[in-house]
Amino acid sequence: MAALLEAKDVSRSFGGVHALAGCSLSVDKGSITGLIGPNGSGKTTMFNVMTGYVKPDKGTVSFDGHDVTNARPDKIFALGIGRTFQLTRIFARISVVENMLVATQRDESWLRGLTRSKSSKSELDAAMEWLDFVGLSRLASMPAGSLSYGQRKLLELAYVLVADPDVILLDEPAGGVNLTLINEISEKILALNKGGKTFLIVEHNMEFVMKICDKVTVMHQGCDLVTGTPAEVRANPAVLDAYLGSSDDEFDEEEDVSA
Amino acid sequence: MSKAKPTAWGLGLAVLILFPIIETNPAWTSIGVLTLMFMACTTSWNMFSGYSGYVSLGSAIFFGSGAYTMALVSTHAHMAGGAALFWLIPLAGLVAMVIAVPVGAIALRVRRHTFVVITIALFFVFQLLAINASFTGGAAGIYIPLIPWGASYYNVPFYYVALGMVIFATLLSAAVRRSRFGLQLLAIRDDEDRALGLGVRVTAVKLTGFTMSAFTFGMAGALYCMLQGQIYPQFVFDPTFDITVALMAFLGGFGTLLGPLLGGLILEASQQYLTQSFSNGSLYLILFGVLFLLVILFMPQGIVVAVSQWWNGRAQRRELKATRDPAAVGAHT
Repeated sequence: MAALLEAKDVSRSFGGVHALAGCSLSVDKGSITGLIGPNGSGKTTMFNVMTGYVKPDKGTVSFDGHDVTNARPDKIFALGIGRTFQLTRIFARISVVENMLVATQRDESWLRGLTRSKSSKSELDAAMEWLDFVGLSRLASMPAGSLSYGQRKLLELAYVLVADPDVILLDEPAGGVNLTLINEISEKILALNKGGKTFLIVEHNMEFVMKICDKVTVMHQGCDLVTGTPAEVRANPAVLDAYLGSSDDEFDEEEDVSA
Repeated sequence: MSKAKPTAWGLGLAVLILFPIIETNPAWTSIGVLTLMFMACTTSWNMFSGYSGYVSLGSAIFFGSGAYTMALVSTHAHMAGGAALFWLIPLAGLVAMVIAVPVGAIALRVRRHTFVVITIALFFVFQLLAINASFTGGAAGIYIPLIPWGASYYNVPFYYVALGMVIFATLLSAAVRRSRFGLQLLAIRDDEDRALGLGVRVTAVKLTGFTMSAFTFGMAGALYCMLQGQIYPQFVFDPTFDITVALMAFLGGFGTLLGPLLGGLILEASQQYLTQSFSNGSLYLILFGVLFLLVILFMPQGIVVAVSQWWNGRAQRRELKATRDPAAVGAHT
């Protein structure tokens, strides 16, 4: 399969900390790729670099043949890369459906926004359809700030989806979510993937990753350690050594699953 | 409720239209003009700061620029004092907008408290410029062509022009709230970086809002200059103007449509009344201080939000009572 999103030899330091040190990652079109690694291994920094929130010191990021290394987040989103955040970021003081409407147009000029109403009928229908998909349509007129943490995760997923991006980056979609909701989220991801969406998922919940991902990349100390199928990664001694095998990380994992 | 809202707005407008006809005392109509001017300014301020969360304390830059546009153009063009000067008001608004572009481009590079500080700093740059530049007449100010209207009638044209500004600012603010642009400003208020990641061109949206907001300030400054017949830098580039406008919006209801109108109406009318009623011109400042302490402590979101929450709570309590009562009756029988 061809790589839709690709980061090559990316480095990024914050002061003396090398968050990324020559890390490479590729996400194949139509795949669900997992990105795992111990806390502080650079997973979220890689997400931030790929979505334009952080500029890399070195290396390149390309998406569908476009170089997006130093592009702004709005441009990257316009090209078709949507993302969620580890700590959910919603627009708390506007309604749930207005949250959706913010994202309905991926690439609309700011001048057009001045002259049009906040939604067309088709945009509103699409917003309600995706809210229905994540089970939040009955809360559409509620202020988004009144949603629970799990509902906020679903809303964030829904407003990324309404923009119809080609690739969706999910930062810990199962983090802090109960088991029933984790199963729901994984089912929705699999359903969307069947529909042609490509996913890159950062997650500490190994069961979740191993269940839904086609390919997994393991990061360690800012570098890509191993890439392979879930079974290959699980069996790799280097991975066990760096991540899965250490008692500290087991504790982290258990904590995340139970959260 | 759907009919009550337009009726209330229509009633409010009718009262404002009829006010100078019913109350012809120039002392009262003068209060009316200044109150409407502040209502327009606060509504316009809220259209950017209230929606985007970027609290600007530099609005007097645009008010002062508008006032100087009126003064400089009318004197240099040797215009005759009279109604023709009103035509300069939209021009003053446009000049304020032009000035707002570089001011906004500088100030909007930063966020939150830093933005507030930068707007204050830029305000003082303009105040010092007005005091020291030769073309502004310096501290001596500028006298504009004398308007030969009778004292009893003098305020009335200003009143209706100011009312026009209030209607303009309110309609514009309502239109912005209904537009995608307005939604983007609200998204920026709640989480600017997230909005950026969802395709909102945050820099362009913020600068557009900031510039649009300056238009009414420029017009209000020009009207004020015309009303006074003369301007001094310290009166049109006045730091208390910046604070007053912001406080009016906070008192009425930050980010709401009605709140800034209400805040402007209550504060400016009471300030003018107190100033005229008591020889001690600074008494109102003490009363304002007390009022704001009370508002911050008991209604931090402003009058409109507090009243609306109380009203909704009352309706919910009634509904709850209505659903409980039959059950209670059933239990007894």
